[in-house]
Amino acid sequence: MLPFFLRRAFSSVIVIFCVISITFVLARITPGGPFDTDKVVSDQVMKAKLARYHLDGTVSQQYFAYISAIAQLDLGVSTKYRDWRVSELLQQKLPNSFVLGALAFVIASCAGVFLGSLAAMKKDTWIDRSAMFGALLSISIPSFISGPFLIAIFALWLGWLPVGGWGTVSQMILPALCLAAPYIAYVARLMRNSLLDVLKSDFLRTARAKGLTETQAVARHAVKVAILPVITFLGPLAAHLLTGSMIVESVFNISGAGMIFVNSIQNRDVFVLCGAVIVYCVLLVLFNLFVDVMYTLLDKRIKLYA
Amino acid sequence: MPEAAAQASIARPDGWQVLQRNRAALIALGFLVVLSLVAIVVPMLLPEDLKLTSSNSFVPPSAAHFLGTDVNGQDMLYRLLSGARVSLGVGLVGALISLVIGTLYGMISGYVGGRIDGVMMRTVEVLQSVPRILFIMILIAALDDYVKEWIDGWRLAAQARNWADLAKTISDVKAYSKVLVMIVSLGLVEWLTMARIVRGQVLVLREMTFVTASRAMGQSSWGVLRRHLLPNLSTIILTYLTLTIPAVILDESFLSFLGLGIEDPAASWGSLLKDGAQVINPLESKWWLLVFPALLMSASLLALNFLGDGLRDAFDPKSGD
Repeated sequence: MLPFFLRRAFSSVIVIFCVISITFVLARITPGGPFDTDKVVSDQVMKAKLARYHLDGTVSQQYFAYISAIAQLDLGVSTKYRDWRVSELLQQKLPNSFVLGALAFVIASCAGVFLGSLAAMKKDTWIDRSAMFGALLSISIPSFISGPFLIAIFALWLGWLPVGGWGTVSQMILPALCLAAPYIAYVARLMRNSLLDVLKSDFLRTARAKGLTETQAVARHAVKVAILPVITFLGPLAAHLLTGSMIVESVFNISGAGMIFVNSIQNRDVFVLCGAVIVYCVLLVLFNLFVDVMYTLLDKRIKLYA
Repeated sequence: MPEAAAQASIARPDGWQVLQRNRAALIALGFLVVLSLVAIVVPMLLPEDLKLTSSNSFVPPSAAHFLGTDVNGQDMLYRLLSGARVSLGVGLVGALISLVIGTLYGMISGYVGGRIDGVMMRTVEVLQSVPRILFIMILIAALDDYVKEWIDGWRLAAQARNWADLAKTISDVKAYSKVLVMIVSLGLVEWLTMARIVRGQVLVLREMTFVTASRAMGQSSWGVLRRHLLPNLSTIILTYLTLTIPAVILDESFLSFLGLGIEDPAASWGSLLKDGAQVINPLESKWWLLVFPALLMSASLLALNFLGDGLRDAFDPKSGD
C-alpha cells in the first residue's frame, strides 16, 4: 500500500508541475500584459508595475520566480483585483462551486446507477429503450441549452423556483439538475452495459439457483461488481463537474470558481489563472486516487500495485 | 482453431450490413447531409438585404423573417444557418486535425512498441489528466492575438501596395480569425482518445500473419503502416471521427457561450445561444432567439451521436461505452 501511494504522489507532483509550467509560460508569452490599458503609460511606470509582481525580465526569470514561490506554497497576488491574494480569492469562491459540484455528483451517480440498472434488468422493453433514448438526448443537450430552458419553464413560467443566485436550497435545485443531466446519462449507459455483462456470469446463476429473486440477486450481488466501471468514471466525472460548472455558474448567476477562471484569462491575471489550474489538477489527482482505493474495497481481487 | 475463426467471421455480419439495418443511424445520417447542404446553399440564395443589420430589431417570426430578427435587426434564419456553417465546419475540421494527429501518434506508438510506446502512452495519460477545457481556453487566448496580428500584417502589406480589394477581403477574413484559432486549438486537444483507440488496434493487427508476411517480403515499416494497417483501421477511425465531431462542436459552443469563442459578426450556435439566453425575461419573451438555435443544435448533436453509436455498434462491437 505505502509504495503505491509514494509512487502515485511522486507522479502526481510531476503532472501538476508540468501543467503549471505550460500554463505559466503560455500565459506569459501571449501578447498583452496584465496592465495593458487604452491609456498611454510610460515605460518606467509599466516596468515598476511589472517588477512589483516579479513579471519583469525574461519569461524564464519570471517562471523561476513563480516556481520558487509555489514551492513555498505561495500562490501569489492577483494583478487585477488589488490587494487580493490568490488564495483568498479561491477561498471565497470555491465553496459555492464545491457545493454545486457535490450536489450534481450525488444526483448524477445515484440517478445514473438506478436508471442504468433498471434498463439492464428490463432489457429490450420499452423501459430500456426510452431510458437509453433519454440518455442520448440528455448527452446531446448541453447545459447552456438546458439551463435557460429550465429557468424559462420552472422559474418564469411556473414560478416554482428562483431564477438564479445561490444560498437557499430552492436556488440550488435547478443548477444542480442542469449540471448533472448529461452525467446521469453517461453513468446510466455505463451501468447498463456493465450490468448486462455481469448478469450472464456464473455467480449470478448460483444466486438465482439458491432462490433469490432477480431483484435480490441484482441488488445483493451483481451491482457490487457491475459498479466498478462506473467508479472509474466517477474520478473524471468529479473533475468535469468542477470545470463544467463554469457554464452553469454563468447561466444561473452564481459567483463561483468557474467565473474566476474565465475572467483571469480575459484579464491576463496570470497568478489567479495558475492558482485555479493548480486547484483543478490537485483535485483531479485526489479523485483518481480515491477511485483506485475504492476499487480495492469493492473488489477484493484487485490489488494496488506500486 | 482456424476453422472456428472462419465460422465466427461468417456468422458475424459485415459492419456495413449492421449499419444498414440500424434505421436510427441512417435517419441521422440523412438529417446531417440535408442540414449541411441547406447550411451551405440557402444563405447564398437569401436576398442580400436580409443579411445586413437593420433597425428592425427583435421582430417576432413573420412572413418577412421566418425566424424573426435579432438585436441588430439581422434575419435569424440567415444567422442560424451561417452559425451552422461555422459550428459544423469547426467540428468537422477540428475533428479531422485531431484524427490526423491521433492516428499518426497511435500508429507509431503501437507499431514501434517497447519503451517508446510506454513513453508515448504515459504522455497521453498525463495530457488526459489535464482539465481539457481549461487548456483549450489558454491555448485560444495565446493563439488569438498572434493570428490577428498576422492577418493585420497581411492587410497592411496589401494596403501599402494599393491593392484595395485584397485589403478589404483580408479585413473581412479577420472577423473570422477566431474560427481558425478555434479549429486549431480544438484539434490540438481532442486527439487523445483517437490515439489510444488506434494504438490498441495496431497492437492487435501488427501480430497478424499478413503483416509478418509483408515485412518478410521487405516492406518498410512506413509501407506496412500505410498499405496494410491504415486500410484495416479505416472503419474504426471513421467511427471515432463521428464521435469526435460532436465533442468538438460542444467545446466550441461552450467557449462561444462564455464569450471566449466565436464573436460577432461571425456566428456559431454557441454565440447565438448566448444572445438568446441573455434576453429571456418574464416581461417580454424573445423566445425565437433561444428556441431555434437550441432546437437545431440539439437535433444535430443527437443525430451525430446516433450515427456515432451506430457506427460503433457496427465496427467496434466490443468497446461498448
